[in-house]
Amino acid sequence: MSDSDPTPVDALREAAADGVDFDGLSVAREADGLRFAVPDARYDDLSASELADVVDRHRSHVENWLFWHQHAPQRQAEWAFLRWVERADDLSVPERDARLRDADGLTREWGQVAVTVRAAEDGRRRYELRHVDDADADRATLTVHADPHEARRLRKTDDDGDYRPLSTAPTLPHGWAFVDLDPAAAVRAVDGFYPATVANWHREREGTLDVTHWHEAVSRQTGIYGVVETWDRGDGHDHVNWVAEACCDDSQCLKRREWEYDDDTPLDVDGGAGVFPCREPCSLVIAAARKWTRLEAEQSRTYEFDLTPSEKEQVEAIIDAVADGRADEIRDADTSDGANRYRARYLRAKLFDDAGNLCGVPTDPDE
Amino acid sequence: MSEALLVVAHGSHLNPRSSTPAQDHADAIRAAGAFAEVREAYWKEEPSFRNALRTVAADEVYVVPLFVSEGYFTEEVIPRELRLDFDVSDWGSDGTSADSVTLHPTDVDKTVHYCGPVGTHDAMTDVIVRRAETVTGDSEVGEGVGLAVVGHGTKRNENSAKAVQYHADRVRDRDRFAEVQALFMDEAPEVDDVTDHFESEDIVVVPLFVADGYHTQEDIPADMGIATDDGYAVPARLDGHDIWYAGAIGTEPLMADVILERAADAGADVDAEMRIPGAPTAAADGD
Repeated sequence: MSDSDPTPVDALREAAADGVDFDGLSVAREADGLRFAVPDARYDDLSASELADVVDRHRSHVENWLFWHQHAPQRQAEWAFLRWVERADDLSVPERDARLRDADGLTREWGQVAVTVRAAEDGRRRYELRHVDDADADRATLTVHADPHEARRLRKTDDDGDYRPLSTAPTLPHGWAFVDLDPAAAVRAVDGFYPATVANWHREREGTLDVTHWHEAVSRQTGIYGVVETWDRGDGHDHVNWVAEACCDDSQCLKRREWEYDDDTPLDVDGGAGVFPCREPCSLVIAAARKWTRLEAEQSRTYEFDLTPSEKEQVEAIIDAVADGRADEIRDADTSDGANRYRARYLRAKLFDDAGNLCGVPTDPDE
Repeated sequence: MSEALLVVAHGSHLNPRSSTPAQDHADAIRAAGAFAEVREAYWKEEPSFRNALRTVAADEVYVVPLFVSEGYFTEEVIPRELRLDFDVSDWGSDGTSADSVTLHPTDVDKTVHYCGPVGTHDAMTDVIVRRAETVTGDSEVGEGVGLAVVGHGTKRNENSAKAVQYHADRVRDRDRFAEVQALFMDEAPEVDDVTDHFESEDIVVVPLFVADGYHTQEDIPADMGIATDDGYAVPARLDGHDIWYAGAIGTEPLMADVILERAADAGADVDAEMRIPGAPTAAADGD
């Protein structure tokens, strides 16, 4: 603690003028001295020196109060997030104190980030962030970071080095740890991994999340995205169900979708189980929707292809494998899998003509 | 009252380098201590413009677009997505003179000073000259050397070309380079014919783009005829000239100072000593 910080006793005495009522600690100034109460003890008419003794006896309560009012970020969203991390609503101060002093600390998962809080001196907290899969890894095997702003650069690529345009895709890279963060830095790093999630999660808890539903979101678009509005016609919203199933499923994005077709028309697909909400279609959804708006303007045609039953199922297996991101995982020699590369190459060799037409059937019948 | 800087940039779904300049400049400004709180927001990345202001703690936010010209993004997309009741006439700009306007977003209780883009700030001229110095490795570069400032140019937005022309004129007025030309990808005079526009053997080519990507790393080198399988050489020999191709100007560290100039012009309490080390100010050369 630096020289400029008040001692817990001084800080409490000063705050007592307005009364303290926090996490079971209650302090008030009364006619004959201070009243101090915690869940299992109460002291009245305390003199200044008596207060010091009582503070010493119930140090965890006083330090807890001091941390949340002097050291934690006072901005509501950040404060609430850090309280959530240590389960302040569920655990009493003594319970939390014991857990925070334990080497394991208290851990919460925010998407794929495990946030661990442990006790530091004078009741302060220090935070550690890791990929949830690395929670039990030896720290020596992880790349250690101290600057919370590095999180926003780390999140840019997955384990293969591929670009992640969607920060909340479930592909956060492994192998890093942010250690010894103070409370503000912990929030900053979390926000670097998952931008704006803390702010919107807090709004949701407060009942003030400003959800913008699909129809309103696409109606707002201009420029090259203005066309997406034309995809909404009449009362149908199947196309938006398909968009949400394609893009917003938990397998693709860890935000929990709270937007629907419009205020009166919920989508038929599940919004997901993510801890933080998605308040409107994101730019990736809008960009993909622009493509679908153009593709879906086409009329269906009847084509005739001759396929064996296994070939039909193989086409389905290939679509499934690509849609589930499984194509790279199929073993070279696993020819039992319809999406195996040799199986796909055989199908192409057999069924495509020189122009790449399936079964020699041209896409445009006039060709 | 606390102040924050919010750098707003385009970003990309495909090119991870698109947001690198905004991140680098934000880090430099933070390291210099010019603002206690420095954030970024993107059209194509996160936080989105829509979610950006709620991530800022300060009550007073200076929003500086990391864009090269005034137009669709600065006049329509950014204010709309930040939920600012902005009218382009608030800037009273001739296409290159937008400064700032003070507004109140509808989703957060803050004051926003919405600034013109970095690309049209006078200090950008210094960055172009600095870029010529760094690409040639010559801090005195100019005598006997031609300078091409290259823009995208588009018929949809006349301001796109104006910004390029504006800085080319300002560099020319300094009488430092033997010749200065504004050239474009999509309109005349075109960068394809770069050597047609210069007498000087050495030609420095500075693209007025924020980030390196397809345009600056593939299109323009290919248009000029200096592209190789490995990118391009610096200098590259072309039609009896040496082409010193600088890559996107947005990656130049001095750009961080232009961002701060924009915020300071809008009233931000930016300590002059906190500005980016080694940065000349626009006033230093008599502008």
